[in-house]
Amino acid sequence: MSAATAFRALVRKDVLTFVRDRRALIVSVLTPILIAAFFGYLFGERGGGERGRLPVAVVDEDGSPLSRAVGAALAADPMLEVEPSAAARARAAVGAGRLRASVRLPAGFGAAARRALVGGGPPAPVELLYDPSQSMVKAVVAGLLTEHVMQAAIGELASGAPEAVDATLADLRGNARLDPGLRADLVRVLEATRSLGTRPGAATAARGLAPPFALADVPVSAGPAYNSYAHAFAGMSVQFILFMGIDAGVAVLTQRQLGLWRRLRAAPVSRRTLLAARATATLLIALGILAAVYLVAGLVFGVRIAGSPAGFVAVCVAFAAFTAAAGLFVAALGRSVAATRGLATLVVLLLVMLGGAWVPSFVFPAWLQRATAFVPTRWAVDGLDAMTWRGLPAEAVLLPVAGLLAVALVLGALATLCFDWESDA
Amino acid sequence: MSLAVADLCKRYGAVEAVAGVSFEAAPGAILGLLGPNGAGKSTTIGLIAGLLRPDRGSVRIAGRELGGDADPAKRALGLVPQELALIDELPARVNLEIFGALYGLAGRELRRRCDAALDAVSLADRAADPPRQYSGGMRRRLNLACALLHEPAVLLLDEPTVGVDPQSRHAIFATLAALRDAGHTLVYTTHYMEEVEKLCDRVVIIDHGRVLADDTVARLVAAAPGGETLTLDYEPAPDAAAVAALSMLPGVRSAALEAGRLVVSCTDIGAAAPRVLEQLAARDHHCRHLESRAPTLEDVFLSLTGRSLRDP
Repeated sequence: MSAATAFRALVRKDVLTFVRDRRALIVSVLTPILIAAFFGYLFGERGGGERGRLPVAVVDEDGSPLSRAVGAALAADPMLEVEPSAAARARAAVGAGRLRASVRLPAGFGAAARRALVGGGPPAPVELLYDPSQSMVKAVVAGLLTEHVMQAAIGELASGAPEAVDATLADLRGNARLDPGLRADLVRVLEATRSLGTRPGAATAARGLAPPFALADVPVSAGPAYNSYAHAFAGMSVQFILFMGIDAGVAVLTQRQLGLWRRLRAAPVSRRTLLAARATATLLIALGILAAVYLVAGLVFGVRIAGSPAGFVAVCVAFAAFTAAAGLFVAALGRSVAATRGLATLVVLLLVMLGGAWVPSFVFPAWLQRATAFVPTRWAVDGLDAMTWRGLPAEAVLLPVAGLLAVALVLGALATLCFDWESDA
Repeated sequence: MSLAVADLCKRYGAVEAVAGVSFEAAPGAILGLLGPNGAGKSTTIGLIAGLLRPDRGSVRIAGRELGGDADPAKRALGLVPQELALIDELPARVNLEIFGALYGLAGRELRRRCDAALDAVSLADRAADPPRQYSGGMRRRLNLACALLHEPAVLLLDEPTVGVDPQSRHAIFATLAALRDAGHTLVYTTHYMEEVEKLCDRVVIIDHGRVLADDTVARLVAAAPGGETLTLDYEPAPDAAAVAALSMLPGVRSAALEAGRLVVSCTDIGAAAPRVLEQLAARDHHCRHLESRAPTLEDVFLSLTGRSLRDP
């Protein structure tokens, strides 16, 4: 009876201390909500509609119909904000970071592209300058450039424009390196194309080639709809709850310095009760933070538990237990407050990063992706994702929950074994 | 006896922090535990409070030997740590409720004891404020109150007046005196010798983990090796032969010139003083100034440990 009273008093002490500490409340509850809201907006569908265009320079040194067509197509692309420019000015702007990339179509580009298209010469050189700090831009601009050049070059011939077809026929007939049979076939195709282009009504037909397919992109999850905030809230909750866990461990070190731990130990309370109470308080605080954060996520950002509510609770409890055990582990192994806090913060940041809370784990190298499969924070983030926007059944989190509980058990046992009971006596 | 410590030993590697410490304290007594820094006082307190497990020996509270950490016998023990071991974020009353609950108190009884403890340390009107809003003296008083809630038979006080203003020190002394009068046993460690002389009925002096002395203040002082001393200024100063002659007088233990002053150590100052004055006057030495000094506990401590109580 009195052991239970003492246990409750110890838990009450830690929970009340946390609740009364305004800084702890802000860091643990408000900060994850704000950062998750920001990331959710930034990476989500809602933010995507308003995402800024990539500012890109187009340097047309050719002035051919083909280069003008490519320039016009790039300018019309919704992903790009095209600025016609001279080569030197474009290079300076990219170097200064004002533009993300520059596409230079050199003199002779149009003719070279036509020849290359029918095997009559090397590929036309096109220069792409890009900001090395944003290497993803290179892939995006290169992809768009390929699309628009191919559409314009093939379209020009396929539509039977006489000047383009005549110039290409002249190139073909003068190309002695081309296999004579292939050359004859290509000449026949182009002559037929020219004939089509001169038929009545051809002038009104759409020129150029249209893409031969229409892409229907459909987001797929087992849940009702993807909500980009759901993943952001999972990641940020995990990160800041782990920070709280560290603080709980460091608080024990501080209590030892202040003599409070001595006073607690002088009471008729077992060592196991002292540690269990500390862990229980941390677990309850972690669950409280998760409840508060997901309440706001649901009410304000539309995050739903589309999967199993029981599974969601199981993931929350398992992660809270992991946090509590990690806190005890910090308390057991830590020596000075400052050094312990610094080292533990570094470990948490690494765990959170590897857990995919900041950036999705698919951007990691393959070996790192395989390694993160053994990181508890990833189990927690994946588990919360599974029970929210993925809408999976409870069975989907059995493994992550078991993993989190197992690691919690190991950390708790190690903390109990390693705890130094004599240094503060 | 309320507290009986028998043959306590505690070793840290090669260092024997406590080596066979034994003493007893009766109900309604204040026992001063003195020793220079590193003497083994804190380890002894830690062993009595159950914070450390002894390598050998026992601690008995009201006849019951202390066992493990959760031994209910520890309810008869209260600890006032040297540090201000309070939860700064929580109101004083909540601090008291939590520490009371650790000793099994709950409900109405807990509330009643909290009220009583707050009254005892004159903090009832500030019960709703957290200790971080208190002065140093008020925090010391609350530190004491937290150890009194469960009304322990034995209260261990580890330098409870460090950094305290005179008013709070007086209030703490009054509280301790009341506790003693109510039959509690107090074990008091401090670096202020005058506190020991004022408060303690008995003194245990420890050094190098061993008990060097265990007696009442009066008996320890009476047995001080230097005894009472006379310090005299003479014109002209007596020569070596005159000083040596003084050593033969009844009631005189020794006589010496120290920095031009005559210092006479006496076994009986009443018998020695008139004879010393008379003999020197007969030799035409004129006394200009005379001081007499009774030995203090500080002298006893110095003679036993070779160090002052406040030496680093």
